[in-house]
Amino acid sequence: MASYSTNEFKAGLKFMMDGDPCSIIENEFVKPGKGQAFNRVKFRNLKTGRVNERTFKTNESVESADVVEIDLEFSYTDGEFWHFMDPTSFEQYAADANAITDSKDWLKEQYTYTVTLWNGTPLLVTPPNFVNLTVVETDPGVRGDTSGGGGKPATLETGAVVRVPLFIEIGEVLRVDTRSASYVERAKKD
Amino acid sequence: MLQGQQLQSILKRRAELLANVRRFFSTREVLEVSTPILSSAAPTAPYLDSFHTLFEAGNRSKTLYLHTSPEFAMKRLLAAGSGGIYQIATVFRNGELGRQHTPEFSMLEWYRPGFTLADLMAEVNAFIQQVIGTPPAVTCAYSDLFARYLQLDIYQTDVDTLKAVALKHISALPADWQTDYDGWLEMLMSEVIEPELKALNTPVLVTEFPASQAQLARIQPNAAGQPVAMRFELYAGGMELANGYDELCDATELRQRFERDNIARQQQGKPVMPIDENLLAAMQSGLPQCSGVALGLDRLMMLHLAEDNISKVQSISFADN
Repeated sequence: MASYSTNEFKAGLKFMMDGDPCSIIENEFVKPGKGQAFNRVKFRNLKTGRVNERTFKTNESVESADVVEIDLEFSYTDGEFWHFMDPTSFEQYAADANAITDSKDWLKEQYTYTVTLWNGTPLLVTPPNFVNLTVVETDPGVRGDTSGGGGKPATLETGAVVRVPLFIEIGEVLRVDTRSASYVERAKKD
Repeated sequence: MLQGQQLQSILKRRAELLANVRRFFSTREVLEVSTPILSSAAPTAPYLDSFHTLFEAGNRSKTLYLHTSPEFAMKRLLAAGSGGIYQIATVFRNGELGRQHTPEFSMLEWYRPGFTLADLMAEVNAFIQQVIGTPPAVTCAYSDLFARYLQLDIYQTDVDTLKAVALKHISALPADWQTDYDGWLEMLMSEVIEPELKALNTPVLVTEFPASQAQLARIQPNAAGQPVAMRFELYAGGMELANGYDELCDATELRQRFERDNIARQQQGKPVMPIDENLLAAMQSGLPQCSGVALGLDRLMMLHLAEDNISKVQSISFADN
């Protein structure tokens, strides 16, 4: 198994910590006074999602984690697993509920998602920043109101609820920012 | 790298800063000097790593070191009778790269014959106020900081106590972390006390360092009779900006410190550095009592422009070169 030395640390580097794959968020080189340097590292445990901080002695090394990110198409869910497919190799991957915690409100069949694999198993499913989704439930639209002031909740086909302007009606397709779970605009028909 | 207006603005601010620095010393009749960057000797400090290169002429070749500061050369000038001098030098430190570190940076270093450490601290205080308009610095003894922020008497403590305090206050520290007395003090200083100093929003001159962290400063008893290093550090904006000494002028003791450092380097598996015999000879011939300070000019720029990354105040940063 490959290893990384602290001088290779940078944001995004995947390494093993206490048996779990982790990803570096921030790496700071610290050299106090005339003393020994160390690295103050903020990282995310990719299994639990938790963010931790740890100091590493300069030149300490860590084991690399076999973590890769690939683009997969969402196929369907059987309630227990969420199934994704590699559109070129047709290989299937099953993600569990933990892996889709951040994306379950945005999963739509045939859409492409970034899936983080650890030793070939989905660890994390990340939705695209913007998705187009159909409104399945909302209060009747108010004609003539294009100001967007106030707003109302709307339920989308994936189950997500976002605040939308008053003029939005059931059946309309909206462009939504998944990072903030917010309405952007009416989507052009696709 | 930076482009257009952003680049112009940084270049302009740097040029203004350098002009202000030169004006400061000119009115005080301190002379600007230049000294060699390459040397056959190098500092021995255990946690300071020099770059080295080869001088090659025909069959001859010789290892030369890029200076990590112009200190040794400037002390030779002082011993030869230069009087008060300053230098703005590009210096090189291997392996140091981060938000506040870069392997090649600008150092302002100055020496004042006849100045006590207190005289030089007053001058540094005047310098930062005049050159970048900081508020006046407050002064605090190293041991007082540990008493105030950690309820620790550093002169009545041991490694185990320091370790327990560090593990309690620094959650990011793994329980099997190992270091020595000074290593724990430095860890507590950088991880617990420095953030407190930053929050004061005013520069702080920390003085009376433990004798074990004297580096090239004289050691003498403080008011309480405790032997301390006649050394100070200037902290501002969460950074270490400057390090000053009432200079050790005793060649015999300096040689002992260099040799101790080299033993510490060997224990860490680092190469032993050639001791600067020219410096020792100059000191033997008589270095006048003086105080000197090295100040990081890029960090001074960072403080001045409220930038948090050293690469943003350099014309071309290490990563772009």
